[in-house]
This record gives sequence, C-alpha cells and structure tokens, in this order.
Amino acid sequence: MLSAFFIFNQKGEVLISRLYRTDFKRSIADVFRIQVVSNSDVRSPIITLGSTSFFHVRINNLYVVAVTKTNANAALVFEFCYRFINICKSYFGKIDEEAIKNNFALVYELIDEICDFGYPQNSEIDTLKSYITTESVVSQNIPADESSKITSQATGAISWRRPDVKYKKNEAFVDVIETVNLSMSAKGNVLRAEVDGHIMMRAYLSGTPECKFGLNDKLVIDKSQGGGGGDAVELDDCRFHQCVRLNEFDATRTISFIPPDGEFELMGYRSTSNVKLPLRVIPTVTEVGSGQVNYDVVVKANFSNKLAATNVVLRIPTPLNTTTADCKVATGKAKYAPSENVMIWKIPRIQGGQECIFSATAILTTSVTNRQVWARPPIDVDFQVLMFTASGLIVRFLKVFEKTSYQSIKWVRYLTKASGGYQIRF
Amino acid sequence: MSIRGPRKGENYELSVDLNSEYREKRKDAIKRVIASMTVGKDVSGLFPDVLKNMQTDDLEQKKLVYLYLMNYAKTQPELVILAVNTFVKDSDDPNPLVRALAIRTMGCLRAEKIIDYLCDPLQKALRDENPYVRKTAALCVAKLYDLKPELVMENGFLEQLHDMISDSNPMVVANTVAALTDIHIAATSSEPSTSSIDNSSTVFHITTAILNKLLVALNECSEWGRVAILNALARYTAADDKESEHICERVVPQFQHINGSVVLAAVKVVMIHLRNVKREDLGKQLIRKMAPPLVTLLSSPPEVQWVALRNINLLLQKRPELLSSEIRVFFCKYNDPLYVKVEKLDIMVRLANDKNVDALLSELKEYASEVDVDFVRKSVKAIGQTAVKIDEAAEKCVNVLLELIATRVSYVVQEAIVVMKDIFRKYPSTYEGVIPTLCANLDELDEPEAKASLIWIIGEYANKIDNADELLTLFVDTFTEESYPVQLQTLTAVVKLFLKKPDSSQAIVQQVLNTATKDCDSPDVRDRAYIYWRLLSMDPAAAKSVVLSHRPPISIPRTTVAPAVLEELIGEIGSLASVYHKPAETFIGKGRLSADAIQRKVGPGEDDESQLSTQKALQTVVAGQQSENLLDFGDEPSTEGGGLSGLAATQTMLAQPAAANLIAGTSSNPLDDLVSIFGNVSMQPMSATPSAAPGGAFGGFDFGQAPTSAAPQAVDAFAGLSATPAAPPQQQQQKPQEDLLGLF
Repeated sequence: MLSAFFIFNQKGEVLISRLYRTDFKRSIADVFRIQVVSNSDVRSPIITLGSTSFFHVRINNLYVVAVTKTNANAALVFEFCYRFINICKSYFGKIDEEAIKNNFALVYELIDEICDFGYPQNSEIDTLKSYITTESVVSQNIPADESSKITSQATGAISWRRPDVKYKKNEAFVDVIETVNLSMSAKGNVLRAEVDGHIMMRAYLSGTPECKFGLNDKLVIDKSQGGGGGDAVELDDCRFHQCVRLNEFDATRTISFIPPDGEFELMGYRSTSNVKLPLRVIPTVTEVGSGQVNYDVVVKANFSNKLAATNVVLRIPTPLNTTTADCKVATGKAKYAPSENVMIWKIPRIQGGQECIFSATAILTTSVTNRQVWARPPIDVDFQVLMFTASGLIVRFLKVFEKTSYQSIKWVRYLTKASGGYQIRF
Repeated sequence: MSIRGPRKGENYELSVDLNSEYREKRKDAIKRVIASMTVGKDVSGLFPDVLKNMQTDDLEQKKLVYLYLMNYAKTQPELVILAVNTFVKDSDDPNPLVRALAIRTMGCLRAEKIIDYLCDPLQKALRDENPYVRKTAALCVAKLYDLKPELVMENGFLEQLHDMISDSNPMVVANTVAALTDIHIAATSSEPSTSSIDNSSTVFHITTAILNKLLVALNECSEWGRVAILNALARYTAADDKESEHICERVVPQFQHINGSVVLAAVKVVMIHLRNVKREDLGKQLIRKMAPPLVTLLSSPPEVQWVALRNINLLLQKRPELLSSEIRVFFCKYNDPLYVKVEKLDIMVRLANDKNVDALLSELKEYASEVDVDFVRKSVKAIGQTAVKIDEAAEKCVNVLLELIATRVSYVVQEAIVVMKDIFRKYPSTYEGVIPTLCANLDELDEPEAKASLIWIIGEYANKIDNADELLTLFVDTFTEESYPVQLQTLTAVVKLFLKKPDSSQAIVQQVLNTATKDCDSPDVRDRAYIYWRLLSMDPAAAKSVVLSHRPPISIPRTTVAPAVLEELIGEIGSLASVYHKPAETFIGKGRLSADAIQRKVGPGEDDESQLSTQKALQTVVAGQQSENLLDFGDEPSTEGGGLSGLAATQTMLAQPAAANLIAGTSSNPLDDLVSIFGNVSMQPMSATPSAAPGGAFGGFDFGQAPTSAAPQAVDAFAGLSATPAAPPQQQQQKPQEDLLGLF
C-alpha cells in the first residue's frame, strides 16, 4: 500500500520522511518538490509519474504526502492522511510547520504506530494517547499487566475503550452540530440545500456501558423506502462511529454501542428534505453604468424569537476593479476589504424574526486595462444558531446500561451553523 | 569505528553528546541526529555511537534509535549485527509493546545479515499470547517475504499465517489477511523465472471456510482492517448465486461506516458479487442502498470527494440508474477545487434527463461566467453534450449558447462555436437560423478548433448562406498561414460550396486547390487536395456522392472505457486504477505488460472503441516507462542500461498496434491513409490516360469511399465529443512517433 510518507513545508523542505518500503530512494522527495511544490498549476491531488504515485493533502503551510508504487486504494490513502492530520491536531492542538518541527520525534513515533509496512493500523486517538505520550514513558514504570491492557485495547474487539474506566460522576454530553450548505439562485430558488450533521458525544461513563440512542419518533432513515409523511425528519444517509453495531442498525434501526471514553463522533448524517434555512438573504444588486454598483441586502432570521443567530458574517463580493465602497448598516459593522474584493458585514447577534438591512455603493475604475469579466461570486454567509437544528432532528433518549446500574446524567445541545457553504447568488 | 572525521563540526559534537554520561543529554543528541537524518544530512558515521544507546528502558529513546537503525542498516550491514542481541533480548521482554516493537523494527532492517536472526523471534511472536504482538508479527512475515522469500517458505510461516486467519482477535485476522494479500500480489506479479519458489503455495486462495471467518471478523475489526478484509472478499469466487447474495447482505451494513474507504471497499464487494445475483429485486435493492452513502462521500474533504466522484463516474457507466434523481448534489459550489468541479460537471451530463435539464442548464450557464478558463470551456462543452444527449432540450441549449455568444468573451464564443458544430451534426438543418450569429463572430476566432468548426458549418450549409463564398475567401486568402486542421476544413468546405453552387465558386475552388497542392507543406492537406481535384475533374457526380455523402449521426457514448475494461475497473473501485479509469497494468510495474497482454486483455475481435483504448493503454505504458527513467535521476549514475532497454521496449510495443491497424484498416489515422494511398495511387501517374482512369478513379475511390467512414471520423475526432477522455499530454506526444513507425 503506502510506500512512503512525507511532510513538506511550503518551500518543499522535508520535515518528516518515512520510507515503509524500499522500492525507491529518498530522492523521491525531490521529485515531489519539483512536480508539485514548485508547480503553480497543480490540478489534481494525485500525481503519477511512471509507476510512482504521489497523493497530497495541503493543510495550513504543509503538504502531507503519501507515495506508493502499487495500485493503491486511493480512498484509503486520503482517509489515512486526514486521520494523521486529526491525530496531530489532537496531540499538538494544531498542525503546522512549527508543531511538526517541535514534535518531530513524537510524529515519527506516531506514524510508525499507525502505519506498519504501509498498512494503516489502529489510529484511534484515545487509544494512541494511552501509550504514546508527550512525556517519555519508561517501560519499567508501566507494569506488565498495564501494558497488556493497552495492547488488548489496541487490538481488541472494542479497541476504542479501556475496561477499567472510573468516574465519580457519570456524565454524557451529546452535541448535535449541523452545518447547512446552501446554494440559492439569483431568483431566490433553492438550488441545493443540504444539512451535514454530526452527533458528537463526550462520554464520561464508568465501566463498560451499553448505550442506546434514540432520535425523533418520525425519523425516516432510508428515504427511498418512503413513508414518514410531510413533517417527518428524513435522513438521506447516516454513518456511524465504529463502536456502533452496524448489523443491528441495518436490521432493526436501533443505534446501540459501547462508547469510547472521551470525545468522539457517534454519528454523521445528511439530510436534504425539509431543510429549515435559518437565515434568509435577499440581495438586490444593480450595476449603474460601468462605474458603479449598488447593493441592498436584507437578512431575515427565520426562526423562533426565543433563539438568536450569533457571529453572523456576510461576505458580499465586489467587482475586481472596485476603487472604493461605501457601506451603510443599522446593525453590526460593515467594511470593504480591498484585498479580497469583498465587503464584510459582521453582525454579532440577530434575534429570531429580526430583519437587518445593508446598503452600499461600490465605485469602479473605468480604466480599460482593468476590464475583466466579473464572475459575480455568490454572497457567502457564516453564522451559528444555538438550540436549533435545520433538519429538525431531535435526540429523544440516550439510555445507559451498566452492570453496576449507576445513575448517569445526560446533556444535549444543538447547534446549526454555516461556514463557507451557505451561498446566495445575485 | 577507527576512522573518525576531524575533531570538530556538528557530527563530532553529536558524537560527544551521544557518549555523554547524562541520560538526558544522550537522548537529546539522538533527537538531533534524527533531525539531521530527516533533512537528508549524512549521519551514518555516528552509527556505533547511536547503537550504544539502544539498550535502554526509555521506550521513546528506543524507538528513536530503531528509527535511525532502519534508515542506515542497509548501508552499514556489518554494524547492524551488533544490534541483533538487543533485538533478540527485546523480543522476549515481558512488555508486549517492547516485544512488538522489536519484531516490527527487525522486519524493517533490510540487511541480509540480520534476517537470519529474525526467524526464531518471529516464530515465537506469531504464537505470542498477546494479540498486539501477533498482529505485528503477521505483517512482519510479509516484510520478510519481500526481502527473502525462501526464508518464509522454509520456516513454514505461510502455513502459520493461514492458521492465523482463525485467530480470535479481529485485528490479527485483518493484518493476516493484509499480509497474505501482500505476499500473493508479490508472488503473482513477479516473473516466474526469477523466483525459484513454487508459486502455487504463495497464492492466497480464499476458500469457503476462510470466507466465513472473514465475514465474522469484518464487523469487529478496525476501519483499516475492514478495508483489508473487504478487499479479500472482493477476490472470492462465489460458488453459486445464493452465496453471492449472502455476501452482499453481510457487506451492506458497511455502507454506513464513517470512513469513506470502507464505504467504497464495500461498494466494490457488492458490485462484484452482484454479477452473480440472479434475484432482480435484490439487485435493485442493493443498488438503491448504495446511492445515499455515495452521495454522503461528497461531504468529505475535497481529495476524498474527488476519488469518490471518479468512482461514481465509473459506477454510472455500469449502472446509469444509480443516482438518477440526485443530480442536484453534484451542482458545483463556488469554492470547490477545480478538479472536483470538472468531475462534477461530467457526472451532471451523465445524469441529465428531460426532467432535470432546465435546472442543469441554468447551472451550466452560471458556470460559464466563472473565472477559470478551463472550467468555463468544459461547462460550455457540457451544454453541447446535453443538447446532443436530450433531443427535447436541444433548443434550450442552443438558446443558452446564443446568450453565451452574446457575451463576446473570446474563449466562451469559440468554445460555443465548436459545440454548435456538434449540434448541427446531430440535428442537421434544424438550427440554421443561428448561422448568421455564428458567422458574425468570424473575425474574433483565433483558435484552430473554433475556426475549423465554423468553416465546417459554412461548408455544410453553403447553399443556405448567401455570402458563403465571401466568408470562405477570407480563409482561402490566408490559407498557408492557417494550421493544418483549418486548412483541411477550408479545403473540404470550398469543395462542398463548389458542388452546391458551381456557378459562383469556380474561381475560389481553383484557387484553394492550387494553393493546397503547391504551397502547402503538409502531405495530408496536399493529398486531400489532389484527391478532390481528381474527383472533380473525373466525375463530378462521384465527387458529389463522396463529399456530400450522408454522415452517420453522433451520440454521447454511454461509456468512456471499453466494456471489458469497465468490468475490470468496477472490480477495482476505490483504487488508483478506478481514479484514472485505466487498468492498473498501464501505470504500475516496469513495463511488465507487453502489447500482447493488453491486446489479449481487451479481448480479440472487439470493436474499434476497444482498439482505441488498447492503443491508449499502450501509450500510457510507454509514457510511464519514459517518466520512470526520469524518476531515476540523482542517486545512482548507472542508469544507461535502463534507459536503453526502455527505449527498445518502446519501439517494439509501438510497432505492433500500428502495423495491426494498417492491416485491419480501421485506423482513422491520416498517415495510415497516406500509406494505403501510396499503395494504390502512386503507381498511377497524374496524367493518367483515359483508359487508366477508371482504375485511377477507383484507387481514389478507395479512399473516396472512406469519407463515409474515415472522414466523418476525422470530424468526430476533433469534435471533442467522441468519447476521448481527457488524455494526459504525454499521449499526444506519442502520436507522431507512432505514425512514423506505421510508415516504415
């Protein structure tokens, strides 16, 4: 599978280099530098030269690169790269050149642990943290039975959980986080509205608890099978953490599992029907001659007035030859950012039902040299709405069964947000 | 080490620190050594000093020393021996982590001398009571096989691996499967002559007993393990349709896995075993269950998305009904990376039908106003493809194209004209009304393809365009400055004009034939001019039936790869081959695959299409070999032998298909035609006597007949609609070479 794994910085210098197989030389790193890093027009995340294929993922100022000489599983390689990135984020708090350079010994330790002979191994962050730590572990300090516990966890049928977890207070936090992706046409038609949902769980539960998780009563999980009715919550698809028993879900639609200790994503889902759009944006953009563009943008909060949208940021594109833009707003703050060719309108808080208005005039240069077609990129909106789900999904129950039958406290939180995918054309 | 460098410099300081009496200082020095190693500095001289630090209780330090060893063991084999003792001792350590670490590292030390010491500890590790050690040992067998296959056979490690498939621990099972598959691939792909081992024993044959164990382990092991097991399941040959159904049903729950590679691997298994499923309702149900998870992959990171999109594209070629109602999820987001957008575009056209075409067209129009030239062109092209695909929508598409032409953005206009030509070919005489609009943009065209397309349109509708002769005169006047495709089209268009309006165009046809035969340096153009000339002078009626003959209608091909290749690629879902839409042999291995093999693979006696893909595959093989040589730069200077053999291989490979084409006469290659013309015509002097004329005309006719097959093909070829998937530039470079070879 993987023949080598590299991390490059932006200049193409090798920060981490690990060859899993000997079917090529270290100089393969130079080839990548020439072909990708110093090439300004890279149009594919996979580059194959001869029989050598380079897979790369750009993250911050780094290239995470996997190299293979076989007909490798491309999906697996990219999933592995992203898993590595997540592990780094979890270990170092961030992933960038500085983090990698400061922790390179640990990075080597990690990549050797999560990948052997090019085959990905256990990469559960929680388990890794139990035996690869930032402080050095002295082998005598770990009693033999402790390390065999670790190893059985790293290989076991429930590789995600240690058997001897103990908490004074047994708590479980469930966060339902929905990201709304929207494409709205200039005429106000919804071209595409999709909810990308993630149910994150933080489980602080003792022993080996058996959990059952229930969502809305009127939940249709396999849309194509029909039924449900008008107001039912329909999920197009859902996927689960490896702790969830997929067979049981397939047969009876119950979500049962033994959770890992700590934070994990229990479930991801996608919904495209009955998506409630929390913010309605109505732009009116008129070009006056060739020297001026007038903007009127209205934002309406389309939810109960007990809730509020926070951190609302609208990015309203201006033509590339804009010289100045004059923005007027009653709520929040707005300014023109020439470097990005957008006007940024920030509203800290919009109460449900409220309406905010933005108006602006962009003055354009009429010099001929600058005349380029203006592609009219869409208006992009970011926001967060607490205790609101765009799909209508609700957690009905979370039951915890354990041998000692302790009481457990459960907390549920909902958040709907948009970041970069809520786009309105004009 | 007796020979030491000067007593200063970085390496000297490191050496001092490595021998320091303070633990922390030593450890820090090791870290610095590793850092130097990573950036490519040679720290191999410190080998003995680093080795001294191997015996330690500090696991982190041990791992660092091992890392160093793995890097330099190959260059310092005699020193590695010193480490053997520690390894062997570690492999008996009470701590399973240490045992596993020792086994893992020993497998990575690629020194001949240490390998012999590996067998005993490995033997023990394979039977270790701790699953973590066993799963590490399983992979170590694959490492050993890679180094010295004989040892694996002698020690019976393979049999042990086979036993370990029944291990109680799912991770061990998964790694065992991975190791066996790895050995299987290595054994089956290497040349039989080079390995002295009986290959039959290394083949990982999946029996029914193994199948059941795998199906059990599948639900319990880690995500990566699942991929390994699913890959093995994909290789299993089911005994009957009941068993295939059973496998599909057991695998389907994996569609819900959060890891995209597991989902794709599961899709692969289901697609393969679906071939045997006879129950139609089950087949439909499986396909239906497959759709939502595939769509979900589109919310993954862009790279995974791209892999998914390429695979969806393949799956749609096999099962067009798969995502029939999901076109909207493929609408491009403004900030999608370009490679994702282009792929989405292709899938959108595949999914287009008369119900969603309105939404699709308004999207495509939107894309056509974006910034990236490449993407805009592809969007315009997609509009044309939609028009050709859906009869009902053709008119709407034409209207959108007209709107785009009205923007007067140069590349949009040119692409739109190219696309209009295809629409004219599909719906002859339907949209003549737009011709004046197209002709109005004549002055702005600067790309050969757009020019050639417009000229083709003018020639085709010469009798309907009043000033066709004026328009064509523009091109005739600049004839020698134009590119060859434009020249060829001008030539044909003028002849068409002459045949349709003989009275007014005598002069222009004379002029163009004169220029083409005398002043043109392309043999292709000259030759076509001669043929036209002769046809016109001998038998205008024959000329009419040849030049103005009815052309076969064009259509959007449902598949972009030959059926046999598609079937193979479906079995490779998720892999590089499925991303590239090319069989794996074309880009891996050092030209192991001969032309014969590819020919055989595609299957004898198949249609032109598969021949085309065979040629493509061959070209990629050759291109691959060439860049392979490029990759070899640096490090070792001794590449002269390799380079030479690579070139020789190129020639032998190319010679064959070209020759085959000549014999079969199926090639649309202009130079091949030339050869056949030489064969027929060059015998006849130009001033043929009337008695020889029939023969000569016949010789010409031989080619003249071709327009019903060859000439439209040529039109197709640059229409861009004809199935050729975006070929990497190397392929084009390959073409002329091949032509030349065909000539000789």
